[in-house]
Amino acid sequence: MTMTPSPESVTHLEGPLTSDRVRTLRAGDSIRFSGTVFTARDAAHRRLVESMDKGEPLPFPIRDSVIYFAGPAPAKPGQPIGSIGPTSSYRMDAYSPRLLDAGLTGMIGKGTRSPEVIEAMRRNGAVYFAAIGGAAALIARCVRRCDLICYEDLGPEAIRRLEVVEMPLVVAIDCEGGNLYEQGPAAYLESLSDKGLGGDPA
Amino acid sequence: MRTVTALDITRAVREMSIEANCQLPLDVTMRIEACRQCEDWPGAQRVLSTIEDNIALATRDRVPLCQDTGMACVFIELGQDVHVDGNLVDAVNEGVAAGYREGYLRKSMVGDPLRRTNTGDNTPALIHVDVVEGDGLTLTVAPKGAGSENMGRIGMLKPSDGIDGFTSFVIDTVRQAGPNPCPPIVVGVGVGGNFDQVALLAKRALLRPLGQPNRDPFYARLESSLLDAINALGIGPQGFGGRTTALGVSIEMLPTHIASLPVAVNINCHVARHATRTL
Repeated sequence: MTMTPSPESVTHLEGPLTSDRVRTLRAGDSIRFSGTVFTARDAAHRRLVESMDKGEPLPFPIRDSVIYFAGPAPAKPGQPIGSIGPTSSYRMDAYSPRLLDAGLTGMIGKGTRSPEVIEAMRRNGAVYFAAIGGAAALIARCVRRCDLICYEDLGPEAIRRLEVVEMPLVVAIDCEGGNLYEQGPAAYLESLSDKGLGGDPA
Repeated sequence: MRTVTALDITRAVREMSIEANCQLPLDVTMRIEACRQCEDWPGAQRVLSTIEDNIALATRDRVPLCQDTGMACVFIELGQDVHVDGNLVDAVNEGVAAGYREGYLRKSMVGDPLRRTNTGDNTPALIHVDVVEGDGLTLTVAPKGAGSENMGRIGMLKPSDGIDGFTSFVIDTVRQAGPNPCPPIVVGVGVGGNFDQVALLAKRALLRPLGQPNRDPFYARLESSLLDAINALGIGPQGFGGRTTALGVSIEMLPTHIASLPVAVNINCHVARHATRTL
């Protein structure tokens, strides 16, 4: 079914994700990630940070781990999980620096991040990956196992531990602040002006 | 006077909730394919291919295209010669609850925006009823994800802002949204009316099939020039760069006050879902 138009070089990456490994990744790199990721989105992030404020232990080991900003559709019978694509990451910006300072090394989502998050990524040697927003049925096929680990009352927003195999990702923002959301559009517009086609430089 | 039963409405809404979430309208899939063929930026081609693979898989396995199966927006054209046997609003909500349960669709509604407890069945639906001539009842179910919905904007512009102010407002909205609403996007624009009407106009604009321009040539030209301007921004699929930032722009207009120029932009992601049925 895949109709890849042109070859791309792919980096295979396995969890746990150490900062040493993170430092080799650059914005724009295509990744296939295998290992454990924890789903958490708005309401779960709020609870995680509230736990930290109270000095309580977090419900999963955060050091060298990867959080996937996502809330799945329910699994059909016989499937480990329903469709599961990324949600917009900026809504987690208020919480991510705390988790990064606690040892989180990877985040998967889509869209822009705040300067505070990018600074916390630099400080801690962490990376922000983008998954393709809306490609949720395709991404679900990479999930081999799904276990609900806490906050069941939040429904789709509960924290789940996923075992993923060859999950397709792109490095959106690397630990030196390289940012595909800035570099990608700029390179495209530059290619137009190289061809004398103009385009909006803003 | 023709009678339509609440049960028929519930059944239709249940089926359309599932169908809309697992299968895209042909105009959307054809436009995505056409855009992939026009892209000469390799990264953008790859993203569009992935999106097409996802559409094929979701359709084949009858699973949701996107995990965000949305708020259930339901538009009803109710013929004035129709008698609904039962409660119309309850019938729609029962259809949404059944469809989201039986279709394994995600329940994404909280009952209160500040206290935020999930209602558990994706109700209440967001229902708009128009009374029209005749004895037909037409239902449109348009599940709308929040990633794109959150990027919408309303501006109460001044008449002196004119056409340039209007187009700048639309383009700035798309530029500010950047990668967040999952481009390639569909841009629904409302202009005129008042503060509340203009937002609904923008949402209704998203229901018009891609490739069907506004019937007024003035607005058809504006749609075309806005699409060109948006696709010159370079944002591209997923914001990774490329030509295909938007699949289409639709504008809907209403008369307005001598002092007003209301503009609303409602953005849809590439999973531009809707299903329509007449009972």
